[in-house]
Amino acid sequence: MSGEPITLGQTPSQTAGPFFHSALLPDRGGYAYTGLAQSEVADAAVVGQQMSFEGTIVDGQGLPMPDALVELWQADAMGRYAHPADPRSSNAAFKGFGRAATDALGHFKFQTIKPGAIGDGQAPHLTLILFMRGGQNHLFTRAYFADETAANAQDPVLASVPADRRATLIASRTETGYVFNIRAQGDGETVFFDV
Amino acid sequence: MQVKPFQPRDWDSHPPLIYPEYKSTVFRAPKKPLIPLKQSLSELTGPVYGHESVASGDSDLTQCARVSADPIGERIVVAGRVIDENGKPVPNTLVEIWQANAAGRYIHVNDQHNAPLDPNFFGAGRCVTDNDGRYKFYSIKPGAYPWGNHANAWRPAHIHLSLFGPTIATRLVTQLFFPGDPLLPLDPIFCSVPAAARNRLVAAFDLSVTEAGFALGYAFDIVLRGRAETPMEG
Repeated sequence: MSGEPITLGQTPSQTAGPFFHSALLPDRGGYAYTGLAQSEVADAAVVGQQMSFEGTIVDGQGLPMPDALVELWQADAMGRYAHPADPRSSNAAFKGFGRAATDALGHFKFQTIKPGAIGDGQAPHLTLILFMRGGQNHLFTRAYFADETAANAQDPVLASVPADRRATLIASRTETGYVFNIRAQGDGETVFFDV
Repeated sequence: MQVKPFQPRDWDSHPPLIYPEYKSTVFRAPKKPLIPLKQSLSELTGPVYGHESVASGDSDLTQCARVSADPIGERIVVAGRVIDENGKPVPNTLVEIWQANAAGRYIHVNDQHNAPLDPNFFGAGRCVTDNDGRYKFYSIKPGAYPWGNHANAWRPAHIHLSLFGPTIATRLVTQLFFPGDPLLPLDPIFCSVPAAARNRLVAAFDLSVTEAGFALGYAFDIVLRGRAETPMEG
């Protein structure tokens, strides 16, 4: 190969709209089509600390969003990603990906395991991707864990976020797991990242 | 192991987060700027869905939900390549699609448009790209449908597409439109895309994709973010 590098224009993003369930989360809608991802990311057989991970998504007027989609991507309990770029992934029998749609009250809920630290100085975290009607571009955010105070204090991504907004990225402990509420706009707006 | 990060999202190609003509964006998109995140292993990995995760029939929407007859409407083929900004094919990546039926009605429970459902059409499908990044769907040309964004608002015919690419950094959800649709210049979702990039969302009628005596063919290539030249620092 020689000459100028090829640079093709990125295909523009468009909203997922409100009718994505049939394709992306058909099980929840009761459709006769098997989904590739569910809100149950880990069943009881997966090694790790089981946790529910749930929250409510509200808009800039404080109204719940009943038609949003949350995607979750995470490492396993030992901090390994099930992907070829993670050299340790051959030992991870855990896919680490899930999808959950919000209900009429804007609530979403995953069942998974708590991820381990991946070993590069970052605190344990979940990657979340939000899609919704009115969401022209998907939104990346992260959920860290309130009971990882020491690790969170060393995390470079949290450190890059203004101190007064960091709390929007911390999931708090519940009896069964963690709660992570998302405010798409307005006071207490959740931090979203340009990945 | 060195893993190259991906080029950033090109915001001259993507629509703005808030576009007041598309009313749902006004209160649903963040107003604070996105915070740059240096890609780490968390962004340079993503779910792997290979060919084993889909059935061959999943890409034929004219047959995959057939109950008693073929679905009503104009049969189409939508085919193309998934490539990155550097022109490299993106093989083995999942493409998921969803759409309205020929009458402009989604099977979704919340779709209240007074147009008939088609008992033989579900409107969702998926496939995985081959080694050259190629994909192909058979479907029915979707109908336009009204929506509540403004007075007498109609969405142009479109197909929703969802792609992962190599990692979650290359995630893309978009819409495919059809050439010559008079609704395109009236659609705030389409028009929210910067003018120079807008036509990338319009499929091309292509006789070489068209199958004689069977279905009109539309070519649609999808360009995902490419790898940057500099490896990620350890």
